[in-house]
Amino acid sequence: MSASLWALVALPPASGVLLCLAGRRADRVAPATAVSVAAASVVLAVAAAFAQPRAGAPLLRGAAFGLAVDGLSGLMVVTVTAVAALVLLFGTADIGPDQARARFFGMMLLFVGAMLVTVTATTLPALLMGWEVMGATSWALIGYWWHDPVRGEAAGVAFLTTRAADLGLYLAAGAALAGGSSLALADLDQVDRPWLHLVAAGVIAAALGKSAQLPFSFWLSRAMQGPSPVSALLHSATMVVAGAYLLIRTGPLLAASGWGSGATAWIGAATAFALGLVAVAQRDLKQLLAASSCAQIGFMVLAAGAGSAVGGTLQLIAHAAAKSLAFLVAGCWLTLLGTKELPRLRGAARAAPVAGVAFSVAALSLAGVPPLSLWAAKDVLLAGALAYSPALYAAGLAAAAVSAVYGTRALWYVWQPPAAPRPAPGAPGPKRVSAAEGVPFAALSAAAVALTALVLPPVRAAVARTLGAIGEPQPFLWEFAVSGLLALSVAAAVWAWAERPGPVPRRFARWAAGWFGLEAASRAVLVRPVQRLAEGLAAFDDRVLDRGVDGLARGALRLAGLADRGVEPAVDGPARGTAAAGRALGRLARRPQTGQLHQYLAQAVAAFTVLAAVLVLVLVLVR
Amino acid sequence: MLTAIVLLPAAAAALLLCLPRRTPRAVHLGVWAAVSAVVLALTLAVWAGYRAGEGIQYETYARWIPSAGIGYHVGVDGLSLPLLAMTGVLFLACACYASRETRRVRDFAALFLLLETTCLGLFAALDLILFFVFFDLSIVAMYFIIAGWGHRGAAQAALKFFLYTFAGSLALLLGFIGLYLAADPHTFDMVALTRENPLAGRSAYGALVLLALGVGLAVKTPTVPFHTWLPPAHTEAPAAGSAILAGVLLKMGTYGFLRIAMPVLPQAWREYALAFVLVGVVSVLYGALVALAQTEFKRMIAYTSVNHMGYIVLAVGAAAAAGTDTADARRLAVTGATFQMVSHGLLTGALFLLAGVLYERGRTYDMAAYSGIAARAPLFAALTAVAVFGSLGLPGFSGFIAEFQILAGSLGPRPVATALAVAGILLTAALLVRALQRMFLGPLRLPDTAGASRAFADVRAHEGAAIVPLLALAVVLGLVPRFVLDVIEPASRGVLELLAR
Repeated sequence: MSASLWALVALPPASGVLLCLAGRRADRVAPATAVSVAAASVVLAVAAAFAQPRAGAPLLRGAAFGLAVDGLSGLMVVTVTAVAALVLLFGTADIGPDQARARFFGMMLLFVGAMLVTVTATTLPALLMGWEVMGATSWALIGYWWHDPVRGEAAGVAFLTTRAADLGLYLAAGAALAGGSSLALADLDQVDRPWLHLVAAGVIAAALGKSAQLPFSFWLSRAMQGPSPVSALLHSATMVVAGAYLLIRTGPLLAASGWGSGATAWIGAATAFALGLVAVAQRDLKQLLAASSCAQIGFMVLAAGAGSAVGGTLQLIAHAAAKSLAFLVAGCWLTLLGTKELPRLRGAARAAPVAGVAFSVAALSLAGVPPLSLWAAKDVLLAGALAYSPALYAAGLAAAAVSAVYGTRALWYVWQPPAAPRPAPGAPGPKRVSAAEGVPFAALSAAAVALTALVLPPVRAAVARTLGAIGEPQPFLWEFAVSGLLALSVAAAVWAWAERPGPVPRRFARWAAGWFGLEAASRAVLVRPVQRLAEGLAAFDDRVLDRGVDGLARGALRLAGLADRGVEPAVDGPARGTAAAGRALGRLARRPQTGQLHQYLAQAVAAFTVLAAVLVLVLVLVR
Repeated sequence: MLTAIVLLPAAAAALLLCLPRRTPRAVHLGVWAAVSAVVLALTLAVWAGYRAGEGIQYETYARWIPSAGIGYHVGVDGLSLPLLAMTGVLFLACACYASRETRRVRDFAALFLLLETTCLGLFAALDLILFFVFFDLSIVAMYFIIAGWGHRGAAQAALKFFLYTFAGSLALLLGFIGLYLAADPHTFDMVALTRENPLAGRSAYGALVLLALGVGLAVKTPTVPFHTWLPPAHTEAPAAGSAILAGVLLKMGTYGFLRIAMPVLPQAWREYALAFVLVGVVSVLYGALVALAQTEFKRMIAYTSVNHMGYIVLAVGAAAAAGTDTADARRLAVTGATFQMVSHGLLTGALFLLAGVLYERGRTYDMAAYSGIAARAPLFAALTAVAVFGSLGLPGFSGFIAEFQILAGSLGPRPVATALAVAGILLTAALLVRALQRMFLGPLRLPDTAGASRAFADVRAHEGAAIVPLLALAVVLGLVPRFVLDVIEPASRGVLELLAR
């Protein structure tokens, strides 16, 4: 039982690491290896989803490395592996043989493995391990074309932003321990107060960061610098949805905190609306899709906060299919047409109809147009929002309308006739889409349509049973009708409005196009002050602390000099004086020693005279 | 057994010095590597025979200066065994790394062997004076290594290192003498002192002794504000010397906290633990921030050591918090602190050796002089990337296991300080990833300093043989840490029990 789970989470990262270790030698076998490993993972994931195995190993004291597949994890592992397999298949065509394929596919597999650990983890350490390794591999993948400094920096921004939010999980772990709980995810809602609030805040912050919700959204814009398959995988079934998954998983914790649910739901709604506007304002297709990822995941976060686990999960799965499809087509066009600028993509759908149809499915799905899957999923989660508060429901509907705008807008461009005949002498006529691209397009398009079935009442009930989420609010028929009509009418209006600038002040449009200046703000508020502080402290370290020590040493030397010149002579004086006196006496004593005999004789006479005189004197005195 | 491990390198050093000067280079280097390997093998044998949770083992006692209460007393427990093993690994790695050294090889090898004896001896010592002797001798040996084989400004840096840490060791000696005088009968034996708890109830005396010990150990660790000897010493030292200095010598300070200060002075430690918490958290943040502002690669790594050692000081400070409800958390913190010593030794050792590779090619540590190295030296870039991500505490590496335990364990007892220290994780990530990006990614640009090689050769076999095992071991400890934690955990429980007296 547990062996199959170990195999599921270990197979992709282990093969990924092996590919990376082999380096360029493995470039030739890397695509085939990666696709077969991913395919095997799909099989393992489906098996795990049915068998629901548990596995664990002791890691830290009182905190095991625990893995398990339950209903939610089962759906997640199948989604993750299925999307990964299709994206990797696309990657075999997109990442050419002249590139470092072993590194690309190896890192992709490691990335998928980290996501699998994240969604099956039952304890905080296990979760954090998958969670952070995923962040680090995203760095390597976004910066895959490392010769370009812009991409390297983008990778750094993405990694550091998500890691900043990850600190929340460290705090949550500490607070859980302090609050007398184990580190099991299921026990987090039983932490004692006030620690419970810190746990909830930490988990929410980490999830918002990973899912690029407000105010962290900007890193996702930078993450676009990676290769298209990376974007397709990172934005759909992995990485960015990990935060939403975590919030759905820790729903009881959010509810227990009292404020967590509401905060989460409203941040989700705000992101869905605001980043939807950002998507509307983009002229770059990949940027549009990136902003729409934030917005669509905003709905999942909203669902997690409003307590609609079923709706959030359905939205997650349906979005994974639609968004990976959209990114793959965008990547395909980037290769075929050399651009991702919307105005220059006019006619792209006509030039490559297979891709065009696939993109249409994706874009209409994102727009929430019935009968596609995101339309239906959104209504399930909005039913939860309605039960939570009508205002939240209204906000959700507004955000849904915005998503219809950007979905339709992207679609409008690619189906327009080309503005001018493209000067492409080498390749006239419709572009060919290779099988490695066509199969993912077809499969994901089919999924985006067919996943609607998940919302049909019997299937939805089965999903709810699988998730163990019984008794959540159900959408009424009128809700489907309202949202469907809303999406259709907005889409029609946008199509008719065509290319004219939106009915908003130009300055606001520019602001939205720049992702509301979130990155600049974070730089101004956080990065630059920290840098300045760092420089100040470094100067303090060099000029004050280090100089102080040096000064101490110099002071000791000066003291020594002072002692040498000032004290030493004083102490030495008497000794020197005695010696000088002795020397003077000696000199005096040397005087008589002239070496001349007659002088010695005279001295002897004089001496004896004195002696005799003294003797006489003594004798006289004695008498 | 333990005595053999400790004295073997010194004996080999003496032997090397007896060999005639004209002995081929390979003999010296071969002896060095072989002895290091034997020492490591013996240490592993000790590990194999060690029964976790049964206190001090492999004890040896011999009379030395009985009139002054000094004896030759060695032994290992769960605190020292991982450090002994890490020391063995790191010295072997340095022997591999230095196998192409050409400058006065005999003396170089002999000094490193002598240094190995002092390091092993310190971790095995159970007598304060023995501890002190090894503590001081390590400074002497390292002084000669920096001064003799360092870069241009080595003489001055070495002198500063020697005088500063020597002054620290004098403070330590004062503290030891204080303990000696307090004990009845007078003794320097750590086991006896720990049992006796001589300063129980003598608050002022205990505080003074703790101050002396604290300053002495803080200089060696080093913590802010006693760290300024570290950057110049590292910048000027040869790569292998830096690796040992950061990897092993710094641990002597933190090991002293766990081995001497906490068990022998439990009351004073509990009273003044907040000071250690503060010093710890300041070191974490200050070290990381100052590292962020550095322009030289090696100097930057040196400051990250201040940051990493700060976590240890924070943990040992937090371990003293009162209350039984945080007992589990505090055990986690102490275990994490010990694990961090091992982990930091491996990862920073690897980073310093990689810095040596960089200097050997480019003749400068200035980060602005390099760009896009990955194009010329992909393996070097890959190894550095792995070491960097390991050092910033990425899960899957030993640093995560250590830092997660420290932070998760310290948060309950000391919430505010720990919450601040958590930010250190982000700062180190930022500065290390930024350095990696600027030097290794982007368009190729190499320095044209005098003596720099135009070709920028990739990592050579002997360099790889030194660095790869360190990183591999860090991964092993990051993925399956139990075999080390099983040894450490009973010892950390023991420390906390002694502290609670």
